[in-house]
This record gives sequence, structure tokens and C-alpha cells, in this order.
Amino acid sequence: MSNIPAELKYASSHEWIRKEEDGSYTVGISEHAQELLGDMVFIELPDVGDELNAGEDCAVAESVKAASDIYSPLTGEVLAVNEALEDSPELVNSDAFGDGWFFRVMPTDLSEIENLLDAEGYQAVIDDE
Amino acid sequence: MANKTVLFNKHLESNGKMVDFHGWDMPLNYGSQIEEHHAVRQDAGMFDVSHMTVVDVIGDDACAFLRKLLANDVAKLQVPGKALYGGMLDHNGGVIDDLITYYLSDTEYRIVVNSATREKDLAWIAEQVKGFSVEVTERPELAMIAVQGPNAKAKAASVFNDAQNAAIEGMKPFFGVQADSLFIATTGYTGETGYEVIVPEAEAEALWQAFLDAGVKPCGLGARDTLRLEAGMNLYGLDMDESVNPLAANMGWTVAWAPEDRDFNGRKALEAIKAQGADKLVGLVMEAKGVIRHGMSVFFTDSDGVEQEGTITSGTFSPTLGYSIAMARVPRSIGDVAEVEMRKKRVAVKVIKPSFVRNGKQAF
Repeated sequence: MSNIPAELKYASSHEWIRKEEDGSYTVGISEHAQELLGDMVFIELPDVGDELNAGEDCAVAESVKAASDIYSPLTGEVLAVNEALEDSPELVNSDAFGDGWFFRVMPTDLSEIENLLDAEGYQAVIDDE
Repeated sequence: MANKTVLFNKHLESNGKMVDFHGWDMPLNYGSQIEEHHAVRQDAGMFDVSHMTVVDVIGDDACAFLRKLLANDVAKLQVPGKALYGGMLDHNGGVIDDLITYYLSDTEYRIVVNSATREKDLAWIAEQVKGFSVEVTERPELAMIAVQGPNAKAKAASVFNDAQNAAIEGMKPFFGVQADSLFIATTGYTGETGYEVIVPEAEAEALWQAFLDAGVKPCGLGARDTLRLEAGMNLYGLDMDESVNPLAANMGWTVAWAPEDRDFNGRKALEAIKAQGADKLVGLVMEAKGVIRHGMSVFFTDSDGVEQEGTITSGTFSPTLGYSIAMARVPRSIGDVAEVEMRKKRVAVKVIKPSFVRNGKQAF
């Protein structure tokens, strides 16, 4: 089945987060999500400096099949976005947990991280679909 | 249980992602539908279209029957093997199905109809054939593989035997010929050159494997849809159905009005619609980001300054062009530009004849 790295945390809406050395978190969508959506054709990202709220739609992943809202798992400021997705949205398909990342956010409320799922919890979400 | 084509196991061997397609387990893609799309535009790809319904129409009245059944006129077919595209209409002029008819002789025709419409098509044909000396025979024991792309013919030639290659040598577009066990036709649904090959089920797996070994890439329904839409070809159930007449579905060219005394099904209704002025099916091109999708609304202002509205029948991202294309049914008064309403905003689009890509190149 889908690859679900144990070192990441997940939202039930299929986003993942990874802690970076500076305390910020990188956000992307899971391998399972990209499989469901199929080939990506456009990715709309937030702007650097945007203030995001947890659970708010802040990006769009448009595939051959559908346009899907991406929700920020965390509240905080956008530090960086993956500009490579502008010309190569297929990175989300080929490397969902790596080169296909969406944006990086500096969280203001670390308790939100506790509410996210670990790999096992996320697997359970997928199994229930 | 969904139906499986005889090639089901071949799809699994190639990691096909199987989905339900009108009751058939068919491959959506084998990994990336965009890569499959490019394979057909740039090299050679193949599709399992065995779910489609092959029907032989044989008998003394075969020609007369089809001239009544179809809005296009099979009497135009004079050279054996020649094929004709057109609609099968109900008495209101609505499209029951679109189909290809192959002329084999004055008493022998082969038609290929859609799988999603199989039951109603066969029921309609069975009703209409009453009184004609014609035998209508479905051929479920036949599978079908479409091989398409600029290198499709060369790769297929390396698979066909000498007799088959001799039989298809110099065959023009839109012809078909029986060569040994294969019926090989220069037809397709991609806007590229290639063949549609009707093959006995018992031989289908070996033929699929031979095409694979010749370097033909397996392609799924996803690529089939983007290819046909780039080519400006209708998909039954989206771009037209019984509620739509052929004039409003860019199929006016398939309605043979002459001779005037040919009383094909739906003719009277269609004449009235024509006199009144039907909607039309246009192509839309959107160079901004985003993808136009089926069911979205399209708006334009007519020459009287009145806002008019139409509907997207098919929309997709065009892998060849790199932006979104669509077909829309709109009032006839549409000009060169319009706006599509998507995700709460209106985006400008160009209006063209529905043909976007032909033989690998932009066609407008």
C-alpha cells in the first residue's frame, strides 16, 4: 500500500508536516492523496508572508481529475513556497514527501501539532475511506 | 461484478489502475496519464477498447435499413471497407448514440457502438429492424485494440503478418479490411494516425503482448479522454445524448440531408430544429491557470448587448498545449470570446471550432 513515513505528522485531509531545524514546518500532501488525484497540472500556492490559520484552505492542487483545496495543518506565517511546482507540478506525483512539498510555515501554536495524526493514525484514516 | 475484457490480466501485468467504466473494469492509467498522452502524440500508444460493441448488419435490406436508422447516408459508401461516422437518432432528433459504420458489401455492414449505450442501442435497433430482411448480430467474441500515434503504423506493421500488411498497404484514412483473423481499420479517437484492430478474443492477449514488445505503450481511459478532447471528438453522455440533436453537437456534417426523399429516423424533427436555429458546440481555450470542467457555465455578450449563457460539456487540461481546453454548448450568437465561471470567478476564454490538436500539432 501507500508509503507513509513514520517521522511525519498528518492531517486527516491528507496533508503532511515535517519539522525543520529552524523550528518551521514543511507542508505537502501525502503519497495516497497524489495517487487519488492523479497527474497534477497546476499548483496554486500561498504567498510568502501570508498568515495562515489551521484548517483554512490556502493552496489548490489541480490535477487532470479535479481541483482540490489544500488546508494548512498549522497556524502561522508562510516562510517559503516551492516555486519549482510552478513549472513542474508533476513533482507532487513523483516525490510527494520530498521535492513535491508545497510551503513552509512558522507555527505560532505548537499545540496544533499534537492534534495531528501519526503514521499509524493516518493509515487508519486511509483504511476507512 | 463488473465486466472484464479479455485483456484484464494484461492491464494488471502493466500495473493498470482499474476503475469502473459503465460496468466495465477498465484501466484509468498505468502510472501517468500525461505520459501516456504524450506517447500517443509523439510515438505510439494502445488502448483496450474491447468493451465497445461490434454489431454486424447483414441481409438483402442492410443498406435500406441503415439508411433509415442513421442520419448519415450509407449509400455514400461505394468502396468496400469504407467507413462512415454519424448519429443514430430517435424520432425527436435526439442522439441515441454515435457510431462508425463499415461498408463491406451492399448486403453486409459492420457497426461499432459505444459500450455505455449497448443495451438501449440494441433494443432500438431490434425495434427498428422489424420489416427489413436483415440479420443483426452482436459479436461479443471479438476484442478490440486501438494502436495510435505517429509511429503506430510502423510498429503495428512489425506485428502484422505479410498477408495483413499486404491487405492494409496504402489504405486511406477511415477504411477497414478483414485480413486473416484481424479486422484492421484506419480509424481512431485521438487525432493521430493508426489503427483500430478487431481481434478474436482468443488471440487478443498475444496481439496486445506483441504490440507491447514492439514498443507500443499501454494507455488508459484518462489519456483517451484528453486525446479525444484535443482532437475535438465528442464523448457520448457528456457532449451529447438523447436530449441533444446532432446540429447542437458539432455533428451537422454527419447529417446527410440529400437526397430529400430519404426518410431517416429523426429527419422531420431535425428539419424543424434546423429551421428554428439550434445551439452549437464550440471549442474553448483558456491560457490562464486552471482547468475548465464539465458542467461549468460559460457567458458571453451577444451583438445586442444581451448576456447569454451556455454550458461546458467536456473540459480538461491539454497536455499537448499546456493549458485548459473545453467544449461548450452555447447559443448560436457567440463570438470569438467568452468567460467561464470557475471557482467563484470568471476567466476569459477564446472561442474556436472544436479542434485543438491534430497530428501532434496545434490545430487552431
